[in-house]
Amino acid sequence: MAASSAEAASPTARTGPNHGLRIFLIWLPIAVIADWLLYFVYGPHMPPGTMSTSAASQQFDIKVMSVLAAPVFAFVVVYAGYAFIVWRHREGDDTDGPPIYGHARIQATWITISAVIVLCLAAFGTYELGAFGQSSLAGAGAGEGPSPIWKPNGTPLQIQVIAQQWRFTYRYPQYGGFETTALYLPVGQPIQFNVTSIDVIHDFWAYQLGVKADANPGVNNIAYTTVEHTGTFEVRCDELCGLWHGAMFNQGNVVSVAAFQAWAHKTEIKLASVTKMLPAYATSYDPTTIAQLNKAMVKAGIAGANGYYYPPQDPVQP
Amino acid sequence: MAIETQPERAQGAGGGLPAEGGGGRPWWARPAIHTAIVGAVVGYLLGHALGDYLTGATGAANQYPNVPLSDSEDWPIVLGYTLAIIGWLAGLGVFNDILRQMVGRPISGNGRAHQNSGLARFFRYELDHKVVGIQYLVGMIIYFCTAGLLAMAMRTELLSPVNHVFTSQVYIEIVGEHGTMMMMLMTSVIVGPFGNYLVPIMIGSKRVAFPRIEALSFWLTPMAFLILLSGFMLGGFPFGWTGYAPLSIQATVGADSYAVAFGLMGVSVALAGFNIIVTVICYRAPGMRWGRLPMFVWSMVSTSFLFVLAAPVLFAGMYMLIMDRTAQTAFFEDSLGGSSYLYENVFWFFGHPEVYILALPGFGIVSELIPVFCRKPLFAYKVAGAGMIGVSLLSFFVWQHHLFDSGINPDMRPLFMVTTELISIPTGFIYLVALGTFWKAKIRFRVPMLFCIAMYFNFLIGGISGVYLSDVPADTTEHGSFFVMAHFHYTIMGGLIFAFMAGIYYWLPKMTGIKLNEKLGLWHFWIMFIAFNSTFLPLFAVGDAGQPRRVFEYATNLQGLNDWVSISSYFLGFSILLFVINFVWSTVIVREREVGNPWQSRGLEWQVSSPPPADNFDQIPVVLSSPYDYGVKDAQPVADLHPPAGVVTAAIMSADAARVEA
Ligand SMILES: [Cu+2]
Repeated sequence: MAASSAEAASPTARTGPNHGLRIFLIWLPIAVIADWLLYFVYGPHMPPGTMSTSAASQQFDIKVMSVLAAPVFAFVVVYAGYAFIVWRHREGDDTDGPPIYGHARIQATWITISAVIVLCLAAFGTYELGAFGQSSLAGAGAGEGPSPIWKPNGTPLQIQVIAQQWRFTYRYPQYGGFETTALYLPVGQPIQFNVTSIDVIHDFWAYQLGVKADANPGVNNIAYTTVEHTGTFEVRCDELCGLWHGAMFNQGNVVSVAAFQAWAHKTEIKLASVTKMLPAYATSYDPTTIAQLNKAMVKAGIAGANGYYYPPQDPVQP
Repeated sequence: MAIETQPERAQGAGGGLPAEGGGGRPWWARPAIHTAIVGAVVGYLLGHALGDYLTGATGAANQYPNVPLSDSEDWPIVLGYTLAIIGWLAGLGVFNDILRQMVGRPISGNGRAHQNSGLARFFRYELDHKVVGIQYLVGMIIYFCTAGLLAMAMRTELLSPVNHVFTSQVYIEIVGEHGTMMMMLMTSVIVGPFGNYLVPIMIGSKRVAFPRIEALSFWLTPMAFLILLSGFMLGGFPFGWTGYAPLSIQATVGADSYAVAFGLMGVSVALAGFNIIVTVICYRAPGMRWGRLPMFVWSMVSTSFLFVLAAPVLFAGMYMLIMDRTAQTAFFEDSLGGSSYLYENVFWFFGHPEVYILALPGFGIVSELIPVFCRKPLFAYKVAGAGMIGVSLLSFFVWQHHLFDSGINPDMRPLFMVTTELISIPTGFIYLVALGTFWKAKIRFRVPMLFCIAMYFNFLIGGISGVYLSDVPADTTEHGSFFVMAHFHYTIMGGLIFAFMAGIYYWLPKMTGIKLNEKLGLWHFWIMFIAFNSTFLPLFAVGDAGQPRRVFEYATNLQGLNDWVSISSYFLGFSILLFVINFVWSTVIVREREVGNPWQSRGLEWQVSSPPPADNFDQIPVVLSSPYDYGVKDAQPVADLHPPAGVVTAAIMSADAARVEA
């Protein structure tokens, strides 16, 4: 089948214009311009920005994917558009098209090119995880579970993220294990988020930091990043967790190392009485300790969803 | 190969009426939809009472004390649903023949289909695959429109980030109902109507392999639909279509409607797939070699394999979930030794093949239709078939890409990244085939062809955005956001549903002998195509800007984009309304006959009258050539519909002989 078509295609090609060349010449400038725009003009503004190492690596991946995707998309659209204009059915023409059943070389070329693109992408994605010793990439900000395999160099600052319906609280084990809803990070230091949940599955998504890790009950899900610029960032719950899932968000702050130390020491002292009531710091919490946790939270004045639009008494447990 | 030579004796296409015959009893005493409803209500009440008894609500000993994991009401609800399903089927007469056989009385299914003509047969447990196809078609349109209305309700709520149309409780119920209804029922949106109706005709068979199983697969869908919808009366469920535990264990009784309906739908598709696989393997006419099988049939076979292999996993997952909620097992409850990862793995081991269940039938329709409208053979037939088989095989090896941020198995991420990206190679074959077929074609832009072209366009965007999600770093930004939501709406709504529309405009003249109004069809197409893209393209940006899925409220700076999307979604809904108007107007009011072969198709299904005769073919045809031999000089007809006596028998003898030698 495939072999016979090659001959069927060539005689017509001699008499008519070279459609393949035309399509290529229309496609090439479109692909080049689209790639240039995507990489150099729009690229630096692509999500999720460059606030941290993991955000930057995600942005770079999205940029690379876009640069590969645009020519593929453009090729199919240009080819189809050309076909619809040039090879459309003309009024009064009742004949059929040429019986082309296939074309071995074109088929082989298509399969080879798509396989090469795909395998390169897979190798690229694996590299971007830090699988080849790139410690700065450290799993690209994705939650790696209790025993991470891609880690940054040095001793990271540990922050435990405790998710529950419907708020995030944060514990700082290196500062006496106090718990608060305020999220402060120092700039330029590797940070280790230990994400866990005390009820259902949530997801800790620090958008501008490029950190996303599911909060599973009973599991310590570790994600790394190093923040490179001071400023604020959004934290949102990214896994449907019930009624007020959409209201489960807050803001984090990235400050200088000195400012962070000052804040941490001050808060440690301020919350000392609450910290004493808390269960001892652990990578995950048994449901039996939840009542204890909540009692402490009430004393610290933290209750209800952390959403901006709701007074704390609004959300009710389902 | 087992070729059916005596279909009349083996299994008529007729209905499951009692042996006394339909005429003997008044209409209301014959099993049909109304007796099924009675059966379902009686069954529900019985089951509920039984559940109340077991849980002690009626004063009996409380054998299953209420523990915080679930409500004590779960037993009555689950048992009520279960007995309602059985009552529904009993009311339909599904068990009649089985019981007759058990007591040694003759079964009644030998009545011929044309003796049961008339509208009433569409409301009965009817064994003719053509009736089942029409039942599926109407059912699927109803299910799709219901779930579509729920989607528009969601978009109405999202018009404003802070002002509310619904309470958060109602909103989350709508989210769950929309998602689950679409994902569980649209699995059959093409296999049900077109697979059941057309596959036997396309392969030159008078019947399907298992007419009872096929009819049963349809009659489970209205029950799944109603059970799911009844969740609204039980307070709904707050966990979307994925039902992640432990939220789904914590949820109130509405969650039982989700688990029972989804599990039931798993049974339905497994049965439907089983029937199609056996039909295609065993009931092909002489000369219908694998290399001549229409591409649509290839897609039905590959989808059916996914049905049969993936749906039992879903059923198991739903069963464990129900057990966790009722019998207080702890498969998924971390604090009692279970694991929420188990649910995630089970769900996506089914869920990812399901995504391809929602893609392959669309590939099948577009690949089947473009040769007809290009007036050229399908380019690279074998590559197209290999693409479908490759997609279905690989789809079982990619499920953990849904769990890249879950913390599970970080060392497996490169593996699942590569398998996920590999799947774009066979998917790309579908585009190679399309572009090759367009080459030097004579493309006729009729309504079905326009829908096919739109499907290729939409699925291209859906497919390319899917590659972003396969890459762990890029996925870490996009996972769980509106980007994912836009991506799979592009593949399912933009791919599957556009292909479904192409199929309706193309095959409705075949199935009913009536053609849809072409002018309204053009309006429907253009509004749907533009509104679809206008609705879902901005959602990629919304997701990349940081808006998670299924939220009730969102960042105020994203209101502009969200409003644009919501308003576009109304136009999309309007286009579907146009379609429904066209469908009803053309088939009920105008009824413009279209008995010939309006598309000059070579497909075997177009060689018989429209609608086809009761037995599809007067005689088993002998297939002579490929259905795609357009433009071939002196091409053979696709089949000999009246082969000389003895030819079919000889073909069977030689097939048998070949089998003996082998
Ligand atoms: Cu949450």
